[in-house]
Amino acid sequence: MRYLRGFGRFWYDFIVGDDWRVAVGVVIAVTCLYVATHHGFNAWWFLPLAVSVLLATSVAIAARQARRS
Amino acid sequence: MTRDVLLVLAAFLACTVEMVEALTIVLAVGVTRGWRSAIAGTLSAVAALAVVVAVLGPALAHLPIDSLRLIIGTLLLVFGLQWLRKAILRAGGVKALHDEASIYAREVSELRLAGERPAHDWYAFTVAFKGVFLEGLEVAFIVVTFGGSQHHVGLAALGALAALVIVLAVGAIVHAPLSRVPENTLKFGVGVMLTSFGVFWAAEGAGVDWPGSDLAMLVMIGFVVVVAFVLVEVLRRTAPATQLQAAER
Repeated sequence: MRYLRGFGRFWYDFIVGDDWRVAVGVVIAVTCLYVATHHGFNAWWFLPLAVSVLLATSVAIAARQARRS
Repeated sequence: MTRDVLLVLAAFLACTVEMVEALTIVLAVGVTRGWRSAIAGTLSAVAALAVVVAVLGPALAHLPIDSLRLIIGTLLLVFGLQWLRKAILRAGGVKALHDEASIYAREVSELRLAGERPAHDWYAFTVAFKGVFLEGLEVAFIVVTFGGSQHHVGLAALGALAALVIVLAVGAIVHAPLSRVPENTLKFGVGVMLTSFGVFWAAEGAGVDWPGSDLAMLVMIGFVVVVAFVLVEVLRRTAPATQLQAAER
């Protein structure tokens, strides 16, 4: 059980990393894009925009936390 | 063509970064505990990684390309944003820079504390195996995902192999941690590539038609670079001087 937990922890740290909000945001953004394109809306600009906002937010949160500590 | 070149380049850069980190660990083990077990651990890890790529690579080739791009693009995007975020925080002075020389010194002192050296040094074997396998897993992940998304695992593996050969050759010549390799800059570059590929493939997999087709990938790389540099600049201007000094130490 300990190994299984360690294995899961490794993959979580490896892919999701320090900020889980980024991972959740990406999944939501891709899902929205999928729905939009399948309704005939070629929103190619949406994902770059969403990613920029997610990255900026995550970096801002990390910088604020670093300043507090 | 553009995709193929970028595919090889991205795999090459990512592998270079991870191999420099793995080499630091192997050198520390080899110098303090002996080369036999260090090399045995390294070769075993490389063999295990080759099996991972050989099993997962062809399996991906059987999946429909759009579903594959959607899933892999999303995974790459999550993974790439993590790299890029860390690289931006380091370049912006919020997080300490990765320092191979200090990591090497720490590994050496830990290994010296580990006691007497037996004929078959399992401790050295395990440390070398673990270091190479864990660092290499990231490379295997990139090779399989990058290659799988284009049904060209061989091309991605070629980029990874080129990096492996170069880093091993340099490591064998200098016999010291490659502290002069601009690892943080490389990580920044890899983060940009992973994020750009992730955006491009995830959007394609979701059904988007990119204006300019493959050229959009180059535009995407330029866009991500600009966003990243703007964020670094904002961090540098807003970070207190004491924080910047602490991060540079």
